[in-house]
Amino acid sequence: MINIEIDGKQIQAENGATVIEAAHSAGIAIPHFCYHKKLSIAANCRMCLVQVEKAPKPLPACATPVTEGMKVHTHSEQAVKAQQGVMEFLLVNHPLDCPICDQGGECMLQDMSVGYGGGHSRYHEEKRTVLAKDIGPLVSAEEMSRCINCTRCVRFGQEIAGQMELGQAFRGEHAEIMSFVSGTVNSELSGNMIDLCPVGALTSKPFRYKARSWELSRRRSVSAHDSLGSGLAVHTKNNRVLRVLPIENEDINECWLSDRDRFAYEGLNSAERLTKPMIKQDGKWQEVEWQVALEFAANGLRHIANGAGAEQIGALATANSTLEELHLLQKLMRGIGSDNVDFRLRQSDFSGDGKQQGASWLGMSIADIGNADRLLVVGSFLRKDHPLLAARIRKAVKKGAQVSIIHSTDDDLLMQVAHKTIVAPGALVDALDKVAKGMAAKQADGIAGSLLGGERVAVLLGNFAQQHPQAAQLQALAQQIATAANGKFGFLTEAANSVGGQLVNAVPGAKGLNAAAMLATPRKAYVLLNVEPELDCANPQQAMAAMQAADLVIAMSAYKHHATEYADVLLPIAPYTETSGTFVSAEGRVQSFKGAVKPLGETRPAWKVLRVLGNLLKLDGFSQDTSEAVRDEVLKGMDVAAKLNNASPVPTQHSAPSTQHSGLQRVADVPIYYSDAVVRRSAPLQATTDGAIPLVWMHGEEMKKLGLQSGTVVKVSQGQGSVKLFAAADDKLPVGVVRLAAGHAATAALGAMFGTITVERA
Amino acid sequence: MKKIIDFFKSFLLLELLKGMSVTGKYFFARHVTVEYPEEKTPQSFRFRGLHAQRRYANGEERCIACKLCEAVCPALAIKIEVAERADGSRRTTQYDIDLVKCIFCGFCEESCPVDAIVETRVFEYHGENRGDLYYTKAMLLANGDRLETQIALDRAADAKYR
Repeated sequence: MINIEIDGKQIQAENGATVIEAAHSAGIAIPHFCYHKKLSIAANCRMCLVQVEKAPKPLPACATPVTEGMKVHTHSEQAVKAQQGVMEFLLVNHPLDCPICDQGGECMLQDMSVGYGGGHSRYHEEKRTVLAKDIGPLVSAEEMSRCINCTRCVRFGQEIAGQMELGQAFRGEHAEIMSFVSGTVNSELSGNMIDLCPVGALTSKPFRYKARSWELSRRRSVSAHDSLGSGLAVHTKNNRVLRVLPIENEDINECWLSDRDRFAYEGLNSAERLTKPMIKQDGKWQEVEWQVALEFAANGLRHIANGAGAEQIGALATANSTLEELHLLQKLMRGIGSDNVDFRLRQSDFSGDGKQQGASWLGMSIADIGNADRLLVVGSFLRKDHPLLAARIRKAVKKGAQVSIIHSTDDDLLMQVAHKTIVAPGALVDALDKVAKGMAAKQADGIAGSLLGGERVAVLLGNFAQQHPQAAQLQALAQQIATAANGKFGFLTEAANSVGGQLVNAVPGAKGLNAAAMLATPRKAYVLLNVEPELDCANPQQAMAAMQAADLVIAMSAYKHHATEYADVLLPIAPYTETSGTFVSAEGRVQSFKGAVKPLGETRPAWKVLRVLGNLLKLDGFSQDTSEAVRDEVLKGMDVAAKLNNASPVPTQHSAPSTQHSGLQRVADVPIYYSDAVVRRSAPLQATTDGAIPLVWMHGEEMKKLGLQSGTVVKVSQGQGSVKLFAAADDKLPVGVVRLAAGHAATAALGAMFGTITVERA
Repeated sequence: MKKIIDFFKSFLLLELLKGMSVTGKYFFARHVTVEYPEEKTPQSFRFRGLHAQRRYANGEERCIACKLCEAVCPALAIKIEVAERADGSRRTTQYDIDLVKCIFCGFCEESCPVDAIVETRVFEYHGENRGDLYYTKAMLLANGDRLETQIALDRAADAKYR
């Protein structure tokens, strides 16, 4: 520790800290623009000039390391004069169009010029103009004249997002921020540049001119998309969500937010929202009162339970539903005597069911991932499935961690990857087995060698590994590898409440059917909670066939979707900003939130709908008045940490039978902006490159065999369904696989995510 | 003794004469009463009367929808909705002032960065229904168009004090 004095206050600072860090930790404000605690030091705005005794000139506090006995004055005559001078220079070329600027009211430049600037400017000449740029549908760079060239956005791209999509071109007065050759900013973290920009140069495009900052009410919420559990500040006006910003939490999302979490709110205001309960009578949809719709649903369920038997009823939910909703759904199903309830819609291997000792989870805290020195990521579209975890791993790699990948596609993770094994899905188990054997043999190189050389090892199974037909084997091998490396292993769980769903036991018991079985052997009735079967299930063909064959489908959804084709009752339920609830994140963090706005139209929170359904069916235990009461029913007295256990239920089979596929095998990712119902309806996210219609990716050799070229229209078929899409070459894919996204309307006619697939010229 | 003095005072009508002298003084003094509506008091160029929205000489409305007047209004009398116009500029789609709520403090014109919302010298207006005093954007712009000459003169007179 080093002793310094700032404004007469004695402060102890870390060795190597800068003056601004020491001042901020002691609660002393120093004006700044380019300095940001999460970014490298640029020291180019010069706003943080302070007087240091014995230094001849004012020094930038952000770039001056503390030294023993240093005496700093932030408000001395010299410091104030320097700060006023810098502010006058910064404002020389600033257009001062605050009245029409979206940043007005929350602008660092406004605040700093009031706090530290002079009263007037001596500059009366013409100001410079920087032309507007189009950098994509999320970030607006319409007013680049406002830029003060702090380069925070550039450094964010280089250091956090891993790709330098914006850069500073030209020099001096001509310096300007631009994308490379007029491209768009495609990073899945690009929205953070809006937060970072201290002025109004980069602003949110969907939020443009929607409201002034002082008109908005701020409500706390939790992200309903990936399993990180990012804190959200939901900004509302007139009962409408107008934007979403991050809530800082060093243990979860730091100060960042992925674009999916940030811009998904646009889907909440979609015109497709279902606002009135509807029932189908004589083949026609009718809007009805809640009472009528609920009684229709209850009578339908009772009829089937009494007639065909309760086991003919199945319930499917997405893992984006809240803990309360999933709890009441399973309680309702078990109340009417059916054990068929599941939320793991994209999973295909259920051999571990009933043997697993606890809820599968991350296996460590999110912070631990950032501190790991050796990581093995198995089967994960890391950047797209878990954007902020990818950023954390990227940071760990920058600090010297080694990350190894075992996967079936080789997407650019925008970080240095030490070792990678890219194999077809059928060979994934073999690849992992090889690493396990290498570890046992104390192999010095490759993935095994890398993991053995680490002190804090993390083995992570991604969405692809969890959806894999041999998921239980992968889990067993990952556990074996982690044990051999003396590390931890866990799941990058798929959605906001994947862990919560297991805690409330929204999974089938011994006599129940799991999600796949429920659709493979069609039931007479289905209860759907937030589910769009053709997009959310592992096998859309099978799911749709089951829905169409069913006598009764009760669809609880926030949107009017394809359910109108097969459902009998549509119950409008509130999405996450309109209901209270709880999500349990991948690391087992239980986070409750309240609704930010009132439910739209006659929409009701799903927990209330399920409770009333329980009452109508005359079941016990459906008398909760608040969502908190529902939550406490599950979580009160429960030691959540003790319930989390990844211990593998299946013994590893070292001679793992590799499933040989005769034809081409499909590798399906769920594109980042098609992961759940809300995101799918967010227009700005759909307008990004990640929202584009999926392509049929194949290795170049495979394409040559089929006589195809990139850009040819191909007919892709699985089972009876086929779709026509454009083919594209990706030589990094293993031979024998076709990469084609699931979860998208364009591929909803196809079959299993891991099935055999045929490709031919259309 | 006091009784005797009081007797002479009332006997000689002293108090009456004192009172009449005041009446007499005002009877011959210069009259200050303004007989509205035939007569009118002079108005300051800073008079804060009926609101108006101004335009630039080329006919473009001045208001840029910054919402500062809405934020500063102590009576919450102003309501503004914003949208991007086809040419990309920030404009109001709704700009209403409820004159029933307005306290004529002048903060709106004080806060306006483009001199769009102004208070004119007009104070003789009325409404026969409550809704008549709810001024919409079109009504305010019409006020501005009608009174622009006087508004411009008043702003010019005030300019040297700013």
